[in-house]
This record gives sequence, C-alpha cells and structure tokens, in this order.
Amino acid sequence: MSDDPLHAILDRPNSYIGRSVPRPNARRLLQGRGNYVDDLTLPRMLHAVFVRSPYAHARIRSIDRTEAAAAPGVVAVVTGAELATYCTPWVGVLSHLEGLKSQPQYAIAVDKACWQGEAVAAVVAASRAEAEDAAERVAIEWEELPPVTDMEAALAAATPVIHDDLGDNLAWQRRFEAGDVDRAMADAAAVAEEVFHFGRHTGVTLEPRAILASYEPAEARLTVYHSCQAPHMMQNLFAKHLDLEEHNVRVICRDVGGSFGIKVHTYADEMATCALSVMLRRPVKFIADRVESFLTDIHARDHRVKARLGIAADGRILALEIDDLTGIGPYSVYPRTSGIEANQIVNLTGAPYTCPNYRAATKVVFQTKTPMCQYRAVGHPIAVTVTEALLEAAAAAIDMDPVAVRRLNLIADDAYPCQATTGLRFEKLSHHRALERLLQMMDYEGLRREQAELRQRGIYRGIGLATFVEITNPSAMFYGVGGARISAQDGCTMRLDARGSVICLTGVTEQGQGAEAVIAQVAATAVGVPIDKVRVITGDTDVTPYGGGTWASRAAGIGGEAAVQAGKALRANILEVAGIVLQAAPASLDIRAGRVVDAADGNDRIGLDEIGRIAYFRADTLPKDFQSELVATRHYVPKQYPFAFTNGVQASWLEVDPETGVVTLLKHWAVEDCGTVINPQLVDEQMRGGIVQGIGAALFEHCVYSPEGQLLNASMADYLVPMAAEMPDIEVAHVESPTGDSELGAKGAGEAGTAGAPAAVLNAINDALRPLGAKIHTQPATPERILTALGKI
Amino acid sequence: MHGGGDMEAEVEISAIVNGSSVRARVPVRQSLVDFLREGLELTGSHVGCEHGVCGACTVRLEGEIVRGCLILAAQIDGQSVETIEGASESGELAELQTAFHERNALQCGYCTPGVLLTAAALLRDNPAPTRGEIRAYLSGNYCRCTGYHAIVDAIETVAKARSGGASR
Repeated sequence: MSDDPLHAILDRPNSYIGRSVPRPNARRLLQGRGNYVDDLTLPRMLHAVFVRSPYAHARIRSIDRTEAAAAPGVVAVVTGAELATYCTPWVGVLSHLEGLKSQPQYAIAVDKACWQGEAVAAVVAASRAEAEDAAERVAIEWEELPPVTDMEAALAAATPVIHDDLGDNLAWQRRFEAGDVDRAMADAAAVAEEVFHFGRHTGVTLEPRAILASYEPAEARLTVYHSCQAPHMMQNLFAKHLDLEEHNVRVICRDVGGSFGIKVHTYADEMATCALSVMLRRPVKFIADRVESFLTDIHARDHRVKARLGIAADGRILALEIDDLTGIGPYSVYPRTSGIEANQIVNLTGAPYTCPNYRAATKVVFQTKTPMCQYRAVGHPIAVTVTEALLEAAAAAIDMDPVAVRRLNLIADDAYPCQATTGLRFEKLSHHRALERLLQMMDYEGLRREQAELRQRGIYRGIGLATFVEITNPSAMFYGVGGARISAQDGCTMRLDARGSVICLTGVTEQGQGAEAVIAQVAATAVGVPIDKVRVITGDTDVTPYGGGTWASRAAGIGGEAAVQAGKALRANILEVAGIVLQAAPASLDIRAGRVVDAADGNDRIGLDEIGRIAYFRADTLPKDFQSELVATRHYVPKQYPFAFTNGVQASWLEVDPETGVVTLLKHWAVEDCGTVINPQLVDEQMRGGIVQGIGAALFEHCVYSPEGQLLNASMADYLVPMAAEMPDIEVAHVESPTGDSELGAKGAGEAGTAGAPAAVLNAINDALRPLGAKIHTQPATPERILTALGKI
Repeated sequence: MHGGGDMEAEVEISAIVNGSSVRARVPVRQSLVDFLREGLELTGSHVGCEHGVCGACTVRLEGEIVRGCLILAAQIDGQSVETIEGASESGELAELQTAFHERNALQCGYCTPGVLLTAAALLRDNPAPTRGEIRAYLSGNYCRCTGYHAIVDAIETVAKARSGGASR
C-alpha cells in the first residue's frame, strides 16, 4: 500500500481502516435504550390516524365526519381539500428520464382514491386509540371505479385510463439497441429464451414508517422527527410543499428501525402529518401500523421480462435481448420517480459480460395498486436473474459447465477501465478473481461430485451461480441532473474539543448498517486519535453539513471520503498550533494515538488535550498574528466516474423435494469487491443481510392482489419473510479493488447481497430440476409453483 | 355502557415490573406492550406487527417469554413482568449483549430486545444448542437486517463460553 500515494490515508499509523471495530452506537440498542420516533413524546402532542380507501379505485362522493368529530378526544377530522390549502401537491418526474409523466399527488386524496390504502381523510386526537375509534365513524360515500390491476392490460384500449389528464396509462418507456441482435441470434448455436415473472414485494422494515412533526407558529419553524434515510432531501420537500423557509425546517433522524430504501421517499401520509401540525399548531405523530405498512410502504420489482440470449458453439455470448414491463401503481413516486428500476434493468442486464449485440425495451405503466419505487438493489436482482438464468440455460444447451461459460465471457480483469455495451463506465472490476475465490471457498468440484452421487439416490440438489455488478457511490448523474434536489455530495465537519476529543458531524445517516462506526474509524485514522475519542453526530439538518444521507450504497464511499479530507484538514490545523507551541515545523510533526509526536521517530511531544487547553483558554500565549482553527469542514462528490461500480459473485447450494416442491437452502457463498474494506465485519454483515433479503424475493415474498386490486396478504402472518430456521449459513469473502476516485478507495457494499442472491437461488433450483425436465422462471419460487413446473399439480 | 362495547372501560392493576411494584388504571383493551411503552415509558419493547408474529415486543411474564402484543395489560394484575430494561440493568443479559456487540449481531436494533430475551430463554432451557436448534428457537423473531447468521454465531459463542468450550 505504501507505494500508492493516491490512497495515502490507508498508510496512516495506528489505522482503524480494515479493522472490525464494534459499532459504538450498538450498546444502547442492545439495552433497549434506542431512540426511535415512536419512543418520543412531546408536550401537547396529538396522534394522526388516516381513513384509507377500501377500494383500489373509487371516487369520493361525500365525506360525513359529524360523528367522528364528536367522538371523545378528537381535535380535528380533515379532508384532502382542506389539507391542500396547507400542502401543495407534487409530481414525481425527472427530466433525464425523458418522457416520464405522472399525475399531481396530494397529501390526502381529494377527488378519488387510486389504490387500496390511499388516505382520504385524517383524524387527529389526543390518543391514537381515540383517533382510531373516531376514524371508524367517518362515513364516506364511494363510487367504485374499474380497477386497473393487470400490467399486461394496462395499455389496452379497453382498459380505463387512471388519470384522464395523462391520456393513457403509460408512465415511461425506453429503448436501447447496440450491434446487430437479429443477425447475432441467427448465428447462434443455441438461443435460451424465457419469460420471467418477478413478484411484487416490499421492504417490511420492522420499525414501520414513523414521523413526529412539531410546528412552532411564533417562528414559523417546523421540527420533524423522522424515521428516514435522507434528512436534507426531506427538509427541502417539507419546506417547498408547506410553503416554509428551508432554514426554518429541521429534520431529525435518530434511530431508524430498518429502511432498505423504503424510507427515502415522499409518503403522502407523512406530508399530511407535517401539514396537520402546521394547521393545528401542535405536535402531531403518525406511526404506520403493519397493515398500513403493507398497503402504503413502496412496493418494488413487479416486472415481467421476456428475454433471450444467443450463444456460439464455443460458448461465447453473441446477443442478448430483453423486453421488460413493469406496473408502478397510480403515481410515479416523488422525488426519485418510479422509472429508475426499469432504467437500471436496461442498463445492467448483461453488464458483467462482453456482449456487443444488445437490445432492450422497457415499458412502465400505471395501475391501481400500491406505488412502486426504489428498494434495496433497485433493478439489479431482475437484471442479474435474467442474465444469469439465461446464461446457465444457454450453457446447458451447448453442454458447457456454468463456470466455464463465465470464465469465457466475463470481462477480463486486466481490461479496465472499459465501457459496457450500454455505455456504463467501469473503472476497475475483478470478476475473474472473485469467481476463482468463490469456487475455492465452496469446493465447486467436490460439490458437483456430491450432487451427482446424491442424484443416484433420488436426492435433487442444485448449485447456482450469479455474477453481478452493482451501482454505488452515485454522482449527480443519478438524480441531480434530472432536477431533483437530492445531494450527491456529502460533507463532514470535524472539531477538536477542549479535552482533545474529536466531534465529527456527517451528512450521511445511520440505519443500523454501521455508518457511524465507519465514519468514526475514518475520522480516528485521519486525525490520529483513539476511536473512543471520536463522537459521530448524524441525522440533524440543523447541525450536520449538507448531504444526501444513506442510500445507493453511498455512506462509506462518499461520507467516508469527506471524513478523510476533513480529518486531514483538522490534523493540519492542530499541527499548526502544535508547531507554534513546540517551536517546530508543523510538517515535522504528526498526531498518533491522540498525541502530537515527531513524525520521523514517533517521539512524544504534547497531548491533544494540552493543544485544546492552550487554543481555547490560553490564546493569550499564542502570537498576536495567529488565530487557531480547531475545526475543519470538507465535502466530497465522485468526479471521475458517474458511479463506482462494484462486482461480486454468489453461489447457492440447495435441495428441492420433488414430492412437496419445498426448497431447503443448505449453504450460500459470496465474494464481493467493494474496494477498500473499512470494517470487514460490517461489510460481511451487509452482505449477509442483503443476501437474505434477496432469498426472500426468490422464495417467499409476494404482495398477492385479487383482480379487484385488493392486497390479499397484508399481514406478517400471510406475507412470508425469511426467518432464522429457513436461512442457511452464509460465507463471505472479499477482493479489494479500491477506486481511484477517492483517497479512501471505498465503494459501496449495502446492496450487493440483494442484487445477486435471487439469481443464485433460482439457478440452483433449476440446476436441481434439470434432470427432471422441469424449469421455473417465476419468483418467488413457491412449492406450488415448483410442483406446477414439475407437472404434479 | 357496560360489557364489550365500552371502549372507555378501565381496570385497576397491581403488578411487579422490573422488580418495582406498579399500580395503574389501564383501559381494558390496552395491550401489555402499549401499557409498558405508553404507561410506564419503557420503550425498549417494540411494536412490530401487533399480532404475535414478529417477536419485537417479547417480554417476560412470570419468568416466561410472551408476546407483549398478545397479552392485555389487565392480565398482568398480581403478576411480575420483566422487560429488556430490567434484564439489562440486572446484568443477566450481559454475556449475550457483549457477544452480540462483538459479533455485530444487530443492525437497526429494533428486533434486538426481543431476540435477546428469546436467546436467554433458549440457553436456560438448552444450555448447549446446535446451530439448527438456535435457528429453530428464534423462528418467531423476525430480523430484517442481519440475515440471522451473526445472531446464531453470537448465541453459540455464549453457549460455548458458559460450557467452558472454546468459543472462538
């Protein structure tokens, strides 16, 4: 590392980078001393409960609130039209998704409800129980309208248009073409062709969405305690739509009980809660219950993809073609839009491989179901599953081993930097090294032998692989360029306190993934103090530097680099004071373990507590022409590449019972290259948690709708999530290719598990089923679907 | 009004919560977890699903783990309840908490109080569980963040340390 001046931070003495430091903020959570939004109570606080549409599509004829308003404890019963005078509607479009359209969405529906669960009135009362009682007494006269549930039929002439103003139910479409796909397919020795169905599912954060808004009318100030991932983004949106000064809106994110992309969007009921606080001039709390979570948290992944892959006799991929269709509910979600997942599928399908001939089309349509938007690994699970399933099917068709076909087609490790067929720029990936490491970890050859032996005894086990790339550390090319006020840059302010400790404020946020620990490790390393002398402060727009928050696997890479630069600047400022005190050149000094030392030999000179004492309390002893600055702020945004792509590969080993259709997961392996690994344990756990969310999509999770647009399994008893007993042990290893876009070299790691796991599991199922002549390309791969594939039901 | 239709009905209860005696008037329909959180400000027990599936509200009633959302506050009259706050203060969970911390067997922390109380019950009933037994015992505790592997590791570490075996 020492011969790499670009990544000089990795050479600091007593470095915490690369060490599995336990998270400082975890002890509190282990003792039940967390600070989640619902744990907070403010004086004169009220509780909001929403009356929600029981229909997927219905016009509101009248709302009679006489009885509800008279119920015990009720302060207000508010309709959409009334609230619209406090909160303007929004439209979820971005200019770089050309042609994307959507309808204005109100905090509370005004004329009609467009999905089952959309709020149509709010009841505010002294207690939640009283508000719930009164909500049942709001009498609404409905006119049922025809639901639009089947995305395949959304554009048909006979299907009603959901929003008349838009003319049709098409939100967005995109086409991409490179090379000569038709000719390459004609030249192929085999073409694997399948129709994939990906079930709509959702995030199921254990802490539901939660918000407590407190309006102070005397100063026109709104303080919002919010379970959210992007406080500055929300500050902007609350100010804009409630007509407040942005500097008068403060968003505070304390502990967040899971987010995964669920808590980074504008939710109508959360906007409404803020508007109700402004209207009533009192604090108002809204905590979604579990039914509301299923009906109103964003859903994701409702895609149908027709796809084919042409392969040459020698195993080279010749061409790839996808036709994607997705239904996003009645609105494109604000401000990130609901076009990004489809866009990612077009961009990422086939991305690990050399494939010059590629054609892709996607259509994004409106439906009267819960809105869909970005959830962990946005688009990746679909692009990876389509690519990897077709590749293994094509390899089987020419009788080639799935490993051999990957070795042949994966972009060579020495080919970087390079550009994918879709135009994505890859700085440095390590597909081959990662694959070889994975094969070694899992003993691929041994596993194949075991599989063959067991098949003789009627036991059907499968091995599935999945290679992938993942988008991390996004620049302004992701959202900012399209007009969204979502910060791609992030900042860090570091201050030496009077006792020699470091206070570190960062714009990235903590939702349990360990962002605060990682920032503390970087800060301690960059300044040169023990990590227990660092306190990290996140999640408060009044306090932290302006930043994007934590999403798109950006906290460690972008927030971490801002911390590197702020820490170095603070060290320089400290050494300036030390140089004066010690009568030495600042460049001859360093800070190690919280003390100023001679850089050359590490000889101890003076403690940081003494520097703090002199600078803050005895400035009279410093020269008159010198002013100490024991604080530094630095910002960072990726500049050389629009995204820091990571890569990885996963493998699944499982058994399918052909009599019951039940899949038993036996083991899962993953190798990931996220550049510099700041905290190996935290990266491993991001991988494991992400993999299990991907397994959920592959085997269990599905928002099941009736033809009328009723969500049939909106409870945790009916919507299956991965539980401990069904999950396998997961082995994780790393290859490190640091990005040259930052001194730290870290890329993101939060979504890679979810990106690759569904494909690995599906490939393993199909590997197990292959000798039985069956295959499945629908997720979740439930026992019923597997038995159907086997022709048994 | 009287009988089941009275939303306002309240009942007097007297119980021991985390070792202290508590007297309170509670709505007859109030769940134990809501009483603990709202009535006693013991917010370490969390509400996740409100119908007994997720395990986030796990507390002890007369020493046995129960779902705080499936027990009514009125039912604890004359009984003892222990929450994550009490079990932490007594030091009884310290080994598990240290193991969870070192192994990063928690992320957002929302499920963690319930998982810890469940893990303690497992190790009381079965001091040397296999990984499979740990997974089976935890099958009523939903964790969205960790994928469970680290939780299983942490509990296994404590079991091995207590039995004097090599733990890591």
